[in-house]
Parts: sequence; structure tokens; C-alpha cells
Amino acid sequence: MTRKIYDNPAAALEGLLFDGMTIMSGGFGLSGNPESLIPEVRRSGVKNLTVISNNAGADGFGLWMLLESRQIKKMIASYVGENKLFEQQYLSGELELELNPQGTLAERIRAGGAGIPAFYTRTGVGTVVAEGKPVEEFEGQLYVRESWLRADLAIVKAWKADTAGNLVYRRTARNFNPNMATAGKVTVAEVEEIVPVGSLDPEAIHTPGIYVDRIIKSTINEKKIEKLTERKRETA
Amino acid sequence: MAWIREQVAARAAKELKDGYYVNLGIGIPTLVANYIPEGVDVTLQSENGLLGIGPFPYEGEADPDLINAGKQTITILPSSSFFSSADSFAMIRGGHIDLTILGAMEVAANGDIANWTIPGKMVKGMGGAMDLVAGVKKVIVVMDHANKAGESKVLERCSLPLTGAGVVDLIITDLCVMACDKEKGGGLTLIELAPDVTLDEVKAKTAAPFAVAPSLKQAA
Repeated sequence: MTRKIYDNPAAALEGLLFDGMTIMSGGFGLSGNPESLIPEVRRSGVKNLTVISNNAGADGFGLWMLLESRQIKKMIASYVGENKLFEQQYLSGELELELNPQGTLAERIRAGGAGIPAFYTRTGVGTVVAEGKPVEEFEGQLYVRESWLRADLAIVKAWKADTAGNLVYRRTARNFNPNMATAGKVTVAEVEEIVPVGSLDPEAIHTPGIYVDRIIKSTINEKKIEKLTERKRETA
Repeated sequence: MAWIREQVAARAAKELKDGYYVNLGIGIPTLVANYIPEGVDVTLQSENGLLGIGPFPYEGEADPDLINAGKQTITILPSSSFFSSADSFAMIRGGHIDLTILGAMEVAANGDIANWTIPGKMVKGMGGAMDLVAGVKKVIVVMDHANKAGESKVLERCSLPLTGAGVVDLIITDLCVMACDKEKGGGLTLIELAPDVTLDEVKAKTAAPFAVAPSLKQAA
């Protein structure tokens, strides 16, 4: 049961990357990003990427690396603030941007993985998001039709994997990762720890192994905090 | 005296009811958590996948894998649960969250809200705001009554691109509290004045028609 386990990021992505492809990349802010796989996408030099991710990284980290190397042609995201490089490339016309409401983005990805080509949502009705899309009334309310998102490749970050590809995420580093894992033609997961089958509780698996094609142990484990907020311990 | 930020947050906190599930936006809304009334038990949702937000961590105990939607480090509670982004927004869109409190750049008498972009300036993105205003049962806006140029942010119609149409229930500003009857297509009613703020002042500083509640209160 070890055919899904690869030695390093380069081996895990071998044969999967091509110009003009669509890549989904998990994470929310700098939490739960595939930090070892993204640099390998950069090293490969693959170009004209459409990248689907909630955010676009932050100075030096996450997808920022692929922006800096000018490998991204189009970004599909919900929030790209606090990223000067993104702003420059967008305003200069180098980079296309499709903004989605965050819940619509998540559901489009979920629908992609579940084989549902479209769905209706109240989110965005009466706003620019609904422009050009069919709007229909259900039980007296207007809903806009949104379509699925799928990708040639999904790269996700989990906490633990067993050798069958079952994944467990840690805390809010879960975010978009389990949804994206279902929506890639090929899904590559990087994890902090690879354990033998039988080590994870089958009742507590977040992503069943069927969705995961290749696994590596993260080579970059430096977790970043964007906004450190703490309180002082009350002194007795 | 008009209310300051913390007082606006404290006034908004009075809208919390025991047992509510609540999503708080970034900025003044986040401060609401500091003023939850005694004896009122509310559960805070974070749209990146957490129900049951705890206080900020003690110094040296922050966990990069545990953040709120504003990317601040937080903690969990014994009652907390984690879930995916799709599950999080199913919770929001499905009408399971009782109340959301958000900031805004403009609010209109018909219940429209604009809080995500100013055309011609950088587009940052709407994040989860459009889902929240469309899906949460009760939507409260907290904001300054006027913008930096001194112009009313409470308008007859929004001029900026909308976040949601006909979605706002209550507006709490530094000057007053106004209810919006979104079920009937809109219409504002002034229900409370901040201490020492007069009805005339609110009339002069509001670019939208509004009714005055017979029970209009002056906050202490």
C-alpha cells in the first residue's frame, strides 16, 4: 500500500504539469497552504496557469511565489488584499482576476468534485456577481446559477496521511483543502506525517483515500502567522 | 456625545441573544465579542472553518493552524468544532447562523449594503461578505454615520457596487440606531439616539428618508 507515497515534491509532480493548465491550491491566508509543492511548480517553469485558491499568498509565501515568477495568467479567488505584487500585476493588466464570493467559490469546488455542473444560490443576487448568469425564482426568492470548478491538478496540505491516502487536517488549516482534494483530475497531498494504514481512526478521516493520488511528506514546514494576536496572562 | 467605536460595538452586543450562533466581520464587529452581556451564551463562527471561537492565545501560545477569518491567531473552546470551507458556507447560506455583524461603506433605505469595493481603486475581493448578507437570518451593520469627507453613509440608494440587495435589518452608527424593514422592501425607522445626539442632527446628517419610532430612545 505504498504506491501513492513519493519521495519528494519533484517526484510527486512529475508528468503532471503543463502550460495553460488549471491548478487548485488549498489554504486560507497562510494557513494550510501546500508550501512544499508550490516551489516545485515554480521550479518546473510551467506557464499560463489558471490558479484557483481563496487567496494569492502574501509577501514571499504561498502563491506569491508563482506571481513573482509570472507563471499565473488568471487567478480565481475570493480575496486578494494585502498583496502588493498581485495589485501591481492586476493593475498593469498582466494578470486576469475572477473574484467569487468565498462560499460560492467553495461550493463551486465542492460541486466540481461531486459531479454537479451547476447549482443555485442567493449569494450575489442583485450584485455584479450575478451579471450574465441565469437568475431563477424558487419559493418567492431569487437565486443565481453558478457552475462547477474542476482542475487538472489539486495540491493540498494535510496534517497526516496514511499510506492508503486517507487524510486528516489540523484545525483551521483544513479550510478549502478537503473540497479541492475532490475536484482535481489528479490530487497531490503534502502532509506533516505519513503513518501506516490502521493508525488513523476510520471514523475520523476527513478526506477518504480515493481522492488522493500522490502523497509526500512536507519538505517545508515553516508555518507563518499573518496577524499575531495574543493576550497577556493574568498575574495572580 | 456620539458613540466611539467601542460604544458602537457595545450597543451592537445588546442585539445578541442567548443561544445565538453569530458571525462577526473584521474591524468594529470583532470588538463586539468583548461586550457580550452577562448570562448570554453565544457561539461565534469563523468562516474559514470553526464554530466556537475562543479568546486570543496567551503570549507564546499562538498556533499558525488556528486563525479566524481576519487571519488573527485565536484559541478554541471545549465546545468548538472544525469543518471545511464548503461546510462552513453551507452553514451560512443554509440560514443556520442567527446573526452577522458587518462594517459597510454605504447602506441604503431599501436594505442594500455596499462594503467590498470602490471602482477605480484596487479590488481586494468580497471574501465571505456576500454569502453572509445573503444567508444569515439577521444582518446588522455597524459603521460611522458619515465618511471621511463628512458625507452620509446612510443613503436612499447605494452608489457603490452592492454586496447584497435588500438584506440589512439594523444599522448602528456613532449617532444612532435605525431599523430597516427589509421584508417590506425597505424603509428606515430611527429607534435610538446616541447620548446627546439630537433628532435634528441625525436628520441633517442622513441622506435618506426615515421614520421616527414613537418609542424613540436616547441612550444613556
